[in-house]
Amino acid sequence: MNQWKNFTKGLIKENPVFVLLLGMCPTLGVTSSAINGLGMGLATTFVLIMANLAVSLIKDFIPDKVRIPSYIVVIAAFVTVVEMVMQAYTPALFDSLGIFIPLIVVNCILLGRAEAFASKNGPVASMIDGAGMGLGFALALTLLGSVREFLGAGTFFGLRVYPGEYGILIFVLAPGAFIVLGYLIAIVNKLKKA
Amino acid sequence: MGNVKSSLSNMVIVLVIITLVVGAVLGYVYQVTKEPIALSALAKQNEAIELVMPGFNNNPMDEMLEITTDEGLALKLFPAKKDGESIGVAIETISGKGYGGNIRIMVGMKPDGTIVNYEILEHKETPGLGTRMADWFKPAAEGGSEKTRNVFFDKLFGIKAEAGSGESSKSVIGKNPGKDKLKVSKDGGDIDAITAATITSRAFLEAIETAYKAYIEEAAKAAPCVQTELQEEGEIL
Repeated sequence: MNQWKNFTKGLIKENPVFVLLLGMCPTLGVTSSAINGLGMGLATTFVLIMANLAVSLIKDFIPDKVRIPSYIVVIAAFVTVVEMVMQAYTPALFDSLGIFIPLIVVNCILLGRAEAFASKNGPVASMIDGAGMGLGFALALTLLGSVREFLGAGTFFGLRVYPGEYGILIFVLAPGAFIVLGYLIAIVNKLKKA
Repeated sequence: MGNVKSSLSNMVIVLVIITLVVGAVLGYVYQVTKEPIALSALAKQNEAIELVMPGFNNNPMDEMLEITTDEGLALKLFPAKKDGESIGVAIETISGKGYGGNIRIMVGMKPDGTIVNYEILEHKETPGLGTRMADWFKPAAEGGSEKTRNVFFDKLFGIKAEAGSGESSKSVIGKNPGKDKLKVSKDGGDIDAITAATITSRAFLEAIETAYKAYIEEAAKAAPCVQTELQEEGEIL
């Protein structure tokens, strides 16, 4: 029951994007299409799970004063692994996510979860927390990407819904990300209260 | 948290151990993925050559020529041959004047410089604007469905879609940089720029010009008789 709560809290109640407002840089940067958002979300989920696991395993050996540098090194290692694996086996996705993959390192969600959860909980709970948070992040990014892609380019996951000429271009650009994010946060807040 | 009291020695030891382990892991993953990464880069290049200059049966990769232009741009020239006879060339060209940095394009040309096809290899243009160069400069036939769709929407909303009119002047395929003015119409050329992405369009066309010039020079070096022919063509411009 407790583990289930650890998992679900990341999805809505403590959704990293809509509620905690963590990791805004990749959120606004990569979500110009649904598939980019999903790819970024899943890559982040993987890093979150692995980093949370590693941090919770080594937390007892790390002196307090160097815990942040240690966590960063661990996170950076997993991100680099993801980057190399993606480059090798999914080059197309790697091309479209480009610069944002290395930037997972500085995504506040990772350090935030390592510091706030994994360094105080056991490995299983930490992994579940990472999975929940990661999926919440992926869900938010996919949603944001779908809305922007639909309004801006007239497609949904690359499938054409209406001709691209009638798309509202601003939604594909950075300002559109802010606008859509603002409305989505408002909707999520409303839903949470209801 | 904070189970271990910090002292200089244990902080140093822990950090050293962590970085050593991480370094070892990364080294291992690098070894494992090195080959697939190189392969996928190679496959991508091969695919691009095949797309822009179909029909060769040699290995253009082996005969690659690297050229540095006067402006310091590094171009790669892949001669395409069928049964030993030259059918054209695929050129990996670059322009540094894109809206978001460098644009790398693979362009295929027949021996006389006529453009067969192109493929964008790398760019950092604005999504939805500059990125449309991927098929903007290709003939409408490839986006055939677009036309029927526009007809439908014309009827529905009574809007005259632009696709029907200036379609032909967008395409660079079948054009020859020596004869046609490959510049955006704003600059007095023959090509319509991408709507709201003139800078990208200029950079794109510049990259193709660069490729053409490099190819002419290379051809001149290889066979002096071709040189005069192509230079004459160049002068018409």
